[in-house]
Amino acid sequence: MTENNTTQQDIKHRDDHVIKKLLSTVGRPNPIFKIWIIALLVIIFVGCFAYYRQLRFGLIVTSMRDYTSWGIYISNFVFFVAVSLIGSLVSSILKLAKVKWSYPLTRISEIIAVAAIICAAVIIIVDMGRPDRFLNVIFYGRIQSPIIWDVLVIMTYLIISVLLLYLPMLPDIALCRDRLKNISIWRQKMYKILALNWQNKPGQLRRLKKTSTILEIMVIPVAFAIHTITSWLFATTWRPGWDSTNLGPYFVSGAFMLGAAVIIIAMFFIRRSFRLEDFITNDHFDKMAKILVLLSLVYLYFNINEYLGPAFKMVGVEGEHITELFSGDYATMYWLVQIPGLMLPILVMLFKFGRKPFVVMIVSFFVLMGAWFKRFLIVIPSLQHPYLPIQDVDESYLHYYPSWEEWAITLASFAGVLLIITVLLKLFPIIPIQEYINHQDNGEVQSTDK
Amino acid sequence: MKKNETKRFTRRSLIKYTGLLGLGSILGVKLLSCTSSSKPGGKMIKVMTPEGKLMEVNETDMSMAHPHFANIEESRKGIPGRKFVMVVDLAKCKNARECIRACEHHHNLTPDRPFIKVLEIQDNPRSAPYWMPKKCFQCDNPPCVKVCPVGATYKRSDNIVLIDNERCIGCRFCMAACPYSARVFNWGKPKQSQDVTNIKYSPETSTPSKIGTVEKCDFCPDMIRGKKLPHCITACPNGVLYFGDANEDTVTNGEDTVRLSKLLRDKAGYRYLEELGTEPNVYYLPPVDRLFPFKDTKA
Ligand code: SF4
Repeated sequence: MTENNTTQQDIKHRDDHVIKKLLSTVGRPNPIFKIWIIALLVIIFVGCFAYYRQLRFGLIVTSMRDYTSWGIYISNFVFFVAVSLIGSLVSSILKLAKVKWSYPLTRISEIIAVAAIICAAVIIIVDMGRPDRFLNVIFYGRIQSPIIWDVLVIMTYLIISVLLLYLPMLPDIALCRDRLKNISIWRQKMYKILALNWQNKPGQLRRLKKTSTILEIMVIPVAFAIHTITSWLFATTWRPGWDSTNLGPYFVSGAFMLGAAVIIIAMFFIRRSFRLEDFITNDHFDKMAKILVLLSLVYLYFNINEYLGPAFKMVGVEGEHITELFSGDYATMYWLVQIPGLMLPILVMLFKFGRKPFVVMIVSFFVLMGAWFKRFLIVIPSLQHPYLPIQDVDESYLHYYPSWEEWAITLASFAGVLLIITVLLKLFPIIPIQEYINHQDNGEVQSTDK
Repeated sequence: MKKNETKRFTRRSLIKYTGLLGLGSILGVKLLSCTSSSKPGGKMIKVMTPEGKLMEVNETDMSMAHPHFANIEESRKGIPGRKFVMVVDLAKCKNARECIRACEHHHNLTPDRPFIKVLEIQDNPRSAPYWMPKKCFQCDNPPCVKVCPVGATYKRSDNIVLIDNERCIGCRFCMAACPYSARVFNWGKPKQSQDVTNIKYSPETSTPSKIGTVEKCDFCPDMIRGKKLPHCITACPNGVLYFGDANEDTVTNGEDTVRLSKLLRDKAGYRYLEELGTEPNVYYLPPVDRLFPFKDTKA
């Protein structure tokens, strides 16, 4: 009896300790953090100015012209859609597969997913020639158009992602409400409202568990759909490099690989700036690196499929397109994407030494860079090889170097993603506390004093 | 073109004059109300008024007058019972580029947004190069219409594909989808005079152009409604371009009126990139037996 009591107390004591530690990241004042936010805001401000110029003068401020009629806005959009896929990878696929070590990463990955999908939606509006007519999409929407499919699926994914972030967080928000006393009034109020009167009642817990499971299952087809449909924006046309039945799985596998890299980078910097070494361990890096290798191999497979057939046949414009990529104007970028962006991660991370946090983070950066340029290579060169030759046009129509406005807006979209992530990380506990405790009670946690 | 009508017009000039007849009637009203406003400069050209009188008007005024104004609903339906087609005789094209100029003039375009291109094509290293006038093919299975998210670009019953630039959201999906690069975009504010921007818009005239929207060759339905040929057809000095109605099986280049089926049969007419399944309504006659050296026709 007494023994039982002490363990009870021990557990309670230990839980208190964990809660305190994990809640301490919430809203911790920090000068570097302020500088970071200001820097992001400055970048966003410059982007807004560039967008103001675009609204005023039209898309002429970009380097897009007839022929190269889509540019880095679209490639960046595809990139962010790809990033948003990690939400489903970590928070649902791994979770449903009962991979125990992954749960401290669920909230981080959901936050990134939400931030990326919001910015993807914004970028697509930036690309429109007539953003003032956005509502036409609702008034006159034609369900036959892949753009409408994309709009619908992005909205669905956004809603599910927000719910998947928010609902499992309810117990933690309740903790913030109950335990964080010396914070500003508005934040106390915010937690109170957001907690939706959560009291850890058995009924509430049961319903939450059910809802979460439903959402976790639902998000998987939607996540696949969002990226597949984005690939259909291209695959439904006759452009070389787009006119391929491989494009859907190619995009999805690429997105998974990118997603794993993004989560590794996020883990590295979050662990460092919020001192979460006890919760995000070296072991996490090792395991995520292994996942990244696996996903890279899958992507490599689709990548070979994408190029081998056309490169073997070298038919017409498709052949021109391949030549341009392999040895033409885009060769440097193409091989940068293929070698450091795809081969290197596989080779380095096969070895144990290559799965140390710092190395993994650097390699993930290469993957990230490769993935961004890969999206560029998907969108732009294809447009420059139409069936009929490009003649009688201004020299500027033959190339595409994004203008400063395009770069500014693109950078601002990155800053936007980072800002949303930072704010959410600051406002809410990063590691799901309740879940952590549950897992600990079940004795499923690896020793935290590694 | 009704059969009996086209048969009467055997001479080009006659076509031109009757073509201008309708214009004259509109301009008559226009000029009466503001006789003093005709601008200096610009070529003066002769038109015929409904009373049969010849009069001179400024060419710049001409371009603004469209023979028939169709409102949005009307321009979505198309002209009943018609199936418009074009035939391009590649053997005759000498790169005169008059079609481009006439089109530019009529639609108030700048040279960076042409609806028509004349491309230099060489099918293989051993064959001779030739000129290929290219406009919108007004496909029966149009990729641009299929992808448009808002139905701003649409197919009509008379074969014509048009764009409603008051609905277009500027996503440029149609440009990516068109395998013939027929579409141009208003990247900036289109350069047009105040008079042009004041004209009431109709998808049938594609005028005035609007920033952030897409445009292309429209087969000049406003001219057709006024029983006249599209501008490029009458402008071509070499009789390369034929226009007509597939239901009536007749096409004319303004000078000769011929049976469409016979023309295509006799001269082995083909459609560009037939294998894509877009079912174009512009036919080409192969560039055979050309009587002029290609290099002399280079600009
Ligand atoms: S650019 Fe305009 S016409 Fe073309 S697909 Fe988009 S909305 Fe439709």
